[in-house]
Amino acid sequence: MRHIISLLMENEAGALSRVAGLFSARGYNIESLTVAATDDPSLSRMTLVTRGSDEIIEQITKQLNKLVDVVRLIDLSSSSYIEREFMMIKLRALGAAREEFKRLADIFQGSVIDVTDNSYVIEMIGNSEKLDAFIKAVGDEVVLEVVRSGVTGISRGEKGLRA
Amino acid sequence: MELSGGDILVQALKEEGVEFIFGYPGGAVLHIYDALYRSEGIKHILVRHEQGATHAADGYARSTGKPGVVLVTSGPGATNAVTGIATAHMDSIPMVVITGQVPKKVIGSDAFQEVDSIGITRPCVKHNFLVKDVKDLAETIKKAFYVATTGRPGPVVIDVPKDITAPDVKVPFHYPETVNMRSYNPTSKGHPGQIRRAVDLLLVAKRPMLYSGGGVVLGDAADELTQLTQTLGYPITNTLMGLGAYPGTDKQFVGMLGMHGTYEANLAMHECDVLLAIGARFDDRVTGDLEHFCPHAKIIHIDVDPSSISKTVPVDVPIVGDVKEVMNDMLTLLEETDTKPDAKALAAWWQQIALWQDKDCMAYATSSSVIKPQSVIQSLHKVTEGDAFVTSDVGQHQMWAAQYYPFNKPRRWINSGGLGTMGFGLPSAMGVQLAHPDATVACVTGEASIQMCIQELSTCKQYDLPINILCLNNRYMGMVRQWQEFFYDRRYSHSYMDALPNFVKLVESYGHVGLRIEDPADVEGAIREAIALKDRTVFLDFITDQTENVYPMIANGKGHHEMHMPPPRELS
Repeated sequence: MRHIISLLMENEAGALSRVAGLFSARGYNIESLTVAATDDPSLSRMTLVTRGSDEIIEQITKQLNKLVDVVRLIDLSSSSYIEREFMMIKLRALGAAREEFKRLADIFQGSVIDVTDNSYVIEMIGNSEKLDAFIKAVGDEVVLEVVRSGVTGISRGEKGLRA
Repeated sequence: MELSGGDILVQALKEEGVEFIFGYPGGAVLHIYDALYRSEGIKHILVRHEQGATHAADGYARSTGKPGVVLVTSGPGATNAVTGIATAHMDSIPMVVITGQVPKKVIGSDAFQEVDSIGITRPCVKHNFLVKDVKDLAETIKKAFYVATTGRPGPVVIDVPKDITAPDVKVPFHYPETVNMRSYNPTSKGHPGQIRRAVDLLLVAKRPMLYSGGGVVLGDAADELTQLTQTLGYPITNTLMGLGAYPGTDKQFVGMLGMHGTYEANLAMHECDVLLAIGARFDDRVTGDLEHFCPHAKIIHIDVDPSSISKTVPVDVPIVGDVKEVMNDMLTLLEETDTKPDAKALAAWWQQIALWQDKDCMAYATSSSVIKPQSVIQSLHKVTEGDAFVTSDVGQHQMWAAQYYPFNKPRRWINSGGLGTMGFGLPSAMGVQLAHPDATVACVTGEASIQMCIQELSTCKQYDLPINILCLNNRYMGMVRQWQEFFYDRRYSHSYMDALPNFVKLVESYGHVGLRIEDPADVEGAIREAIALKDRTVFLDFITDQTENVYPMIANGKGHHEMHMPPPRELS
């Protein structure tokens, strides 16, 4: 099952490699990993998307918690949460397709942010499924380039992940 | 007080109560060595290879419970130390390793003797630090000792760029009294509800079994373990790392378990209905095939490291906490309750165990013409009255030492259980002997293992370490040969040690005493002679039976109930 793990880590050099190294050393799979500083500059926040049985996810969270630099961790997918991913997609846009892509972008609440005679760049935010759905809607054959940020997420309600 | 980084480093180690630094100088640590030269109080032990430094610090730590300290230079100094760091990491040994680094401004430029020590050691340390500002040095050292020695212990590396220790840059020195890390707070108190569940479960068991590991030794909880076991009256087995935590000669002790454990210990594991695991991590050499592991048992597991619990074997009652505190809590509950173990069921269980013990799985054919390796260990036990510190290398001799030298005290059996590092025995014995100058220290080794760190014979001479080296010389990498005999149709591919040195002459050239023993009648006398020489390193080269195998054995991928027993033998 797919899990989204959010963690706060001391913002030290090498923090990212400790997490990435743990996943490769123990053979856990990792679908995406995002990392950036938070409102507290001494902390980095990472969001990991991984898949595994309950036993494997339990080991992953225990092993992450064991890293000396990890301050706090939650498995967002264990309760109610919101996930978002950002995508920029470059499409071959010719003739009638130009209007069609514009309309599709509107439906998906994306916007065209770069235009040439034969291409569009569209930006879009959503959960991963929505972005997948957009790519499917325009069709593989017109896609020139896709860049996705990887998933970030936050829990619903007032409780937050704080140091 | 304003001090340079080099002086701060040495001063901080003093504040930590460090007695010995095991090290080897080089360019990046010259400022630190200069500070050491000017200081008194800490003894520096100059090894002959950085691997030796880490193993010696490790042996010091294992035998005392105090963290071992290592100081090596950048580049090859650091990479040579890696095997010893990984060895300590696998066995959760507290150690602080200071590696020199090239100056900050040339980091990343492929400078002379530059290597990414933080990156290289990251997967085999509990934690590591790169010091980027001399103002952070003292606090970093404080944190390193704290992390290394608390929770589940382990090695911590501090990488110190050369400019941080420069004599001309001085900053105020203040060594922090305490350390507070928001990201690191190991649990020590076990959950009371879980502890009660565990005790309730133990008291209704019909076929209970206790299984304890290195965590009990590391947690200084041997007394609590002994008391708990004797209060319950249940059988107990120790892992290779846990030997000595429960007295090896006590009647409730059924021997070591696992691949080369006793028949009775492994069968009791297989048949038990409640298993209490204490400070053990269900290693593959212990469990055998997981499908067949303790098939009838409810499992209780006490461990300070949550990630050890339910890692490979699902546990029914997990208890995260310090083994000493949790066992004390269990003892209190046992005192308070009126419920007693089921005496009738327990008597039947002990009867069953006695039947397994009747197989006498450790018996071996003796010989009057060729030295049996097991008999060397038994003679060592007899001569030292079971009270020596015994270090070992890795292979058959390690298993025989574990099987035939029952340890009655913790921290007496010093071996590389997790990583299985050949070359560990001699340097670790140096650390043990330095920590216990008046104790008898024996290094049980083989002719293959000893050659992996044999250069440390020179260190033994420099510091007059009266270590007794017992080399079980069968002219083979014995355990490799054994597996080739069993599983590769006797194709002995590269397991024969050809062109062996004359060990007696070799050790004599280092200034030590060497004896070659070929007659079984001379074994005990030679050991007596060696131990009587209180001020010399003695190397006993026992020429042993080349074909002897370690029994009993559970082959890879088999269960506890599928043991290979020794071949039919004539028992004297």
